Amino acid sequence: MLRYMLKRLVSLCLSLLVASAVIFLCIEVVPGDPAAYMLGMNAQEDTLAALRAELGLEGSTLSRYFAWVGGMVQGDFGTSYTYRTPVAEMIGERLWVSLPLAVYALVLSTVIAFPAGIWAASRRGRLADYGVMGMTQLGVAIPNFWFAMLMVLVFAINLRWMPAGGFAGWDEGLFAALKSLTLPAIALALPQASILARVMRSSLLDTLGEDFIRTARAKGLTRAQALWRHALRNALIPVLTIIGLQFSFLLAGAIIIENVFYLPGLGRLVFKAISARDLIVVESVVMLLVFAVIMVNFAVDMAYAAVDPRLRKGGQGR
Amino acid sequence: MFYKSIKAGLLGATVLAFGAVAAHAERSDLTIAMQLEPPHLDPTSAAAGAIDSVVYSNIFEGLTRFAADGAVIPGLASAWAISGDGLTYTFTLRSDVSFHDGTTMDAEDVKFSLDRARAEDSSNAQKALFAGIHDVEVVDPLTVKVTLAEPNGSFLFNMAWGDAVIVAPESVGDIKTNPIGTGAFKFANWVQGDKIDVIRNDAYWGTKPALEKATFKFISDPTAAFAAVMAEDIDAFAGFPAPENLPQFEADPRFQVLVGSTEGETILSINNKMPPFDNVKVREAVAHAIDRQAIIDGAMFGYGIPIGTHFAPHHPDYVDLTAMSQYDPELSKKLLAEAGFPEGFKTTLKLPPPSYARRGGEIIAAQLRAVGIEAEISNLEWAQWLEQVFKGKDFGLSIVSHTEPMDINIYANPDYYFQYDSPEFQTVMAQLASESDPEQRSDLLKSAQKMISEDYVNGYLFELAYPTIANAKVRGLWQDAPTQAVDLTGVSWAK
Repeated sequence: MLRYMLKRLVSLCLSLLVASAVIFLCIEVVPGDPAAYMLGMNAQEDTLAALRAELGLEGSTLSRYFAWVGGMVQGDFGTSYTYRTPVAEMIGERLWVSLPLAVYALVLSTVIAFPAGIWAASRRGRLADYGVMGMTQLGVAIPNFWFAMLMVLVFAINLRWMPAGGFAGWDEGLFAALKSLTLPAIALALPQASILARVMRSSLLDTLGEDFIRTARAKGLTRAQALWRHALRNALIPVLTIIGLQFSFLLAGAIIIENVFYLPGLGRLVFKAISARDLIVVESVVMLLVFAVIMVNFAVDMAYAAVDPRLRKGGQGR
Repeated sequence: MFYKSIKAGLLGATVLAFGAVAAHAERSDLTIAMQLEPPHLDPTSAAAGAIDSVVYSNIFEGLTRFAADGAVIPGLASAWAISGDGLTYTFTLRSDVSFHDGTTMDAEDVKFSLDRARAEDSSNAQKALFAGIHDVEVVDPLTVKVTLAEPNGSFLFNMAWGDAVIVAPESVGDIKTNPIGTGAFKFANWVQGDKIDVIRNDAYWGTKPALEKATFKFISDPTAAFAAVMAEDIDAFAGFPAPENLPQFEADPRFQVLVGSTEGETILSINNKMPPFDNVKVREAVAHAIDRQAIIDGAMFGYGIPIGTHFAPHHPDYVDLTAMSQYDPELSKKLLAEAGFPEGFKTTLKLPPPSYARRGGEIIAAQLRAVGIEAEISNLEWAQWLEQVFKGKDFGLSIVSHTEPMDINIYANPDYYFQYDSPEFQTVMAQLASESDPEQRSDLLKSAQKMISEDYVNGYLFELAYPTIANAKVRGLWQDAPTQAVDLTGVSWAK
């Protein structure tokens, strides 16, 4: 187990280093001057130069790269060019929206997908199976922003049960905060749940066809008993992989949903920073997301090891 | 089908809303949304109009200020005297003004603010406003003498800009995140990406505002903006981004729609130095190829006033020159042939993100194609647009709204991105700068408008409209936008 963990840890660090270089280079080549964006059309040349100096935009690419990476290692992400506040603080604030939203959506998606997938697998070829398959097909096909707008129309404009958007803030209490995240979380969870349910079903069906299940059945277990005691745990690996991928996606990929509900999340922060050429924010957020994805993958790898003893011993199961 | 269900829902909602309002007789808070969030809150070091929208008059004030109709009226200076040669302005300051942190606003603060704006390392986006100041002198705590290098007829106007507000040396350090001004509202809280709260300044020197607190909410997506207004999550939306929805709000008794004018001349910018546009005949041909009304109807859903020169139609000195460049494709083709392009030519049309440019660009490209000009559209982000078009001057045509008030003087700068270089025009602008007689100024402004119209410098399209949607019971919002401001000092709820 320890060797397996160490190996994963080394590849984690290498991935981070490569990612930081790629991110920095990609963003450096983007044309556009942050100072010109800030000062607009009537700015004078001397004013632009003064602002560029103030923002620390002078100096060689290499020295700025090392300053950035060096700062990050010490937890200093720099200061935003446009907002003039520390990037770490901004990310922290946005995470208070994005992280709960991602977790909320993931919980919803899992709560819907697991029973649906298991139910469909256990009733294979029957009406329930076709029903679940049909619904999930629809769930994957419907664009989530469209579904989001539909929900706003019904629940915010017509019924007035929910706000049309915005985030109440955690100061307003747990209920108000969760209420403002509910519609976005449902919109995000719907396609994810559909994918997850389908993966759950097919993975379970594969496992149910394995020899050890036949053995279990031969020993007298009913189909349901075999499913719950033996098949489910073995079917979880592909499902965990998908959950890991989905979480990283939910953390940053909610830009469109954040826009529809005007939530102050990470996705919108990056989006705005890109158009304002607030490069330091873009670099740091992207880096953070890469870090999150890598960490989630690391956690998923550890979870594999937990559910699959073969990985724990040899470290070559996958 | 959805509309039917919306209507049904609205009926119910209306009943609910009226019931709710009747229960609470008078509200003293307001949530007003805008499309863009300010990057920070220092109006003296960035061009972003969103900063002024939040802070102008609400948090910060200048020596003079713009009234709702665009007139320049006294601000922190209650009176001023101008010397006979037009070089010295002696401002008398109001005596009972303090900043939100309790410090007194006096002549030293004025000197500090003006010197800071014109300093060598100043990052004021409108530094040119202060260029003519030779010296700022503190006579006594309530008197400031500003000496100009040469007479400047628009000095009082310049001092009304949001970029010329008075700040204090004690609090300017973190003005970007904690703005301390003299205005009727104090900055309270900013949830970045979401909202800014302001509260009433009870120590305000002028008329106290009716609102106790106000929240600026930032909703960039037009569909989300529509939903937020419809669900009454917000009380007003200043600069509503989806003109196509305005008729629906107009028909709804819960809302009032104010469509005001702005200082935004929307033009088809032409690169005057790039062949074939260096030929005035070609520019004239472009001007006649454009059907303004079709663009206003198609891109702005009918909201916008046609213009024929670079000047705001609501200004008393405006000359209607739309006839100079009326829609006439046949004439346009003839002019192109005379200029040596009977088959037309190819050029570029580089568009920044706002919808007036993107939607308008498609229509203009089609109209130009009808006379033989192939304009290849490329959509740019603002940063790219500033880099390529504005700074690099690498464009044939572009569409942009020039939102600064009274900015016809940009035509006197031959290095400005459309590169119009006319010594006659430059002379007129120089005369205007040193002229303070109102009648002479008016004549000069009129002849300046005619000159750029006759030279077909750019294609003049329309004056941008400024739609505000508000709860039917909100009173006192500015209808027009003489500068980018959402002045809440006079806003109240009807009983």
